[in-house]
Amino acid sequence: MSITQLSLLEQAVFVLAALVLFTSFALLGQARLLSTIHLFAWQGLALALVSSLVATATNEPHLYLSALLTLSLKALLIPWMLHRLVRRLELERHAEPLRHPVMVMLAGTALVIFSYWIVLPIERLELAATRNIIAISLAVILIGLLIMVMRRQAVIKVIGFMSMENGLFLAAVAATHGMPLVVELGVAFDVLIAAVLFGVFFFHISESIESLDVDRLNRLRARDKS
Amino acid sequence: MSLLTITVFLPLAGGILLAFVRSSTVAGWINVGLSGLTLAASVALALGVLDSGAYAVPGFHLDAFNVYLVVLTALVGLTTGIFSRPYMAFIRLERGISAKRMRLYHSMYQGFMFTMLLALTTDNLGVLWVAVEGATLATVLLVSLYRTPESVEAAWKYFILCGVGIALALFGTVLVYFAAQHVLTDPAQGLIWTRLHQAAGRLDPAVMSIAFVFLLVGYGTKVGLVPLHNWLPDAHSEGPTPVSAVLSGLLLNVALYAVVRFKMLVDGSLAGTPKAAIAGHLMMGFGLLSFLVAGLFLHRQRDIKRLFSYSSIEHMGLMTFAFGIGGPLATFGALLHMLVHSLTKSAIFITVGHATHIAGTQAIDNIRGLIRTQPAVGWGLLIGVAAIAGFPPFGVFTSEFLLLSATMQSWPWLTVALLMGLAVAFAGLFRHLHPMVYSAAPDGQQAVRANMLPVALHLGLVLWLGLAVPPFLARWLDQATLLITGSRLL
Repeated sequence: MSITQLSLLEQAVFVLAALVLFTSFALLGQARLLSTIHLFAWQGLALALVSSLVATATNEPHLYLSALLTLSLKALLIPWMLHRLVRRLELERHAEPLRHPVMVMLAGTALVIFSYWIVLPIERLELAATRNIIAISLAVILIGLLIMVMRRQAVIKVIGFMSMENGLFLAAVAATHGMPLVVELGVAFDVLIAAVLFGVFFFHISESIESLDVDRLNRLRARDKS
Repeated sequence: MSLLTITVFLPLAGGILLAFVRSSTVAGWINVGLSGLTLAASVALALGVLDSGAYAVPGFHLDAFNVYLVVLTALVGLTTGIFSRPYMAFIRLERGISAKRMRLYHSMYQGFMFTMLLALTTDNLGVLWVAVEGATLATVLLVSLYRTPESVEAAWKYFILCGVGIALALFGTVLVYFAAQHVLTDPAQGLIWTRLHQAAGRLDPAVMSIAFVFLLVGYGTKVGLVPLHNWLPDAHSEGPTPVSAVLSGLLLNVALYAVVRFKMLVDGSLAGTPKAAIAGHLMMGFGLLSFLVAGLFLHRQRDIKRLFSYSSIEHMGLMTFAFGIGGPLATFGALLHMLVHSLTKSAIFITVGHATHIAGTQAIDNIRGLIRTQPAVGWGLLIGVAAIAGFPPFGVFTSEFLLLSATMQSWPWLTVALLMGLAVAFAGLFRHLHPMVYSAAPDGQQAVRANMLPVALHLGLVLWLGLAVPPFLARWLDQATLLITGSRLL
């Protein structure tokens, strides 16, 4: 299906989805901790916009609620909590240059292509229109995973985790016009609790290894090898 | 209030209540009482469901498959609660755990029970996901309860790995919802399992098979399937022993339950296409891999709780494999195996809790002469391990025998792999067990106060199931088999 056949609103949804993917790449490459948190907030904002656009396009009022939820949770509350934690742990100036930036970026690109390959078998006409969006959200999820694998700093790992969650939300909103309200509230609740728990863990980890470089958490890894 | 409401929401209310109880002695007793009430309600509920077949209220759905797991969950919750009361009182003194953290422990114990029961009874696949993720959130701070560097590391790994896994499962759930929206007349019901099951034949096969891969990887992380099992031995070995017992006995089962529910939908959707059995084949592959790898890992363990957590991975692999084969015989065997494995493994973890208390360490090399120091604990461990290794006349033997016959019928060559895996696991368990139980006890090792009643109850039930599966239970499991595979065994 050609993109010009879609209504303007739907095209705007695609543009914003692409923007979410773009911020994922930016998260992958950003070395400075504070800038990473800001980028994550921008990603949340783009998601909230996607959600409200879909709400307008499909005339489903409960999506406005989830847009509001995303805006307050992903674009404001969680970034603010992370910001506060970083200040309390005195990590404002922390920067961790990415190792092998070219390879990592290429890997990110490969993940995008892989996502498009995954959705190829979906051929039925009424499903094929949303294939693009599913591929993009899968790519956001996988890049979030890549961030968690490549970055060593605990706060950035958590941001990778939360951006995976963003990819899921994108899939739910753009491909299925949002999950039922009870599920959406449940998921938002879980994300919030997870964010709070991560905060607790930062303190435990920095107490036990005096840094947040979680690659140094390796006491148990040796157990199976000895 | 219906029995269902009581069974599911009593633990939630209890968890909130226990967050405010200051005295940890009182909290321990309340914990036992609440678990007892939950068990009573679940038994009454199960009797009702058995009489009338399925039972549904909006949002919830009970049939033979999940109601037996509800009773099992409530039972293990109660017996572990009985064990946890004196044990945690001892741990509290020994490790100097603050009253605040004990409050967290009791509150989250009930919170965990709530998420398990909600995941089992809900009809909504989205709520199922929320509940399974909630179980991680409830237990992650319990794993790090001791605040040692090791336990913080284990909890962090548990949190991250299960979080990632469960995120992939949510993506699979979204895809299922996506497929359902184009089929159901009311798209808002696209996550209601009963509706989906009725309409399974019309769900788009391509979308459903992609979805199943994500669901299997996602919930499979929680089942502990290799290669996503890394969190499991760490979380089991570093957390408090009652937590290991409920994680092994309940959480792994519930995650597998979720996979099987989705497999039923995918099988319905793919029936008649060239790739009809793809879901089963995937499960067989992952299951067999976990079974064999975990059996080998048993040999190199030095920590008693890690040893038994690898044994859990091995048994979960076997069950996943059996559900993957799919016929009535294999499914019946897998359901029975879920039951006996939970009972035996939680009994073993309770005994291990007492054994580590006696020896003052979790290192296998330093646990010696249990049978001389305290015969009840020594025998408990010996019988428990004999049962889990699949010795007759225990129930694990019965279910493994059924699984082997089922494999022999449909995949004869894989029987060889299964038998080898069982032998390797057997050797791996007994080479560690023998010195722990029999050799000379170190000087000054003393018996501790141990309540072996939960262990005796569990092992007694497993023995009963091995000698003769009572007719009502056989009928019950047969109904569940009918539900999953579409044909009866008996």
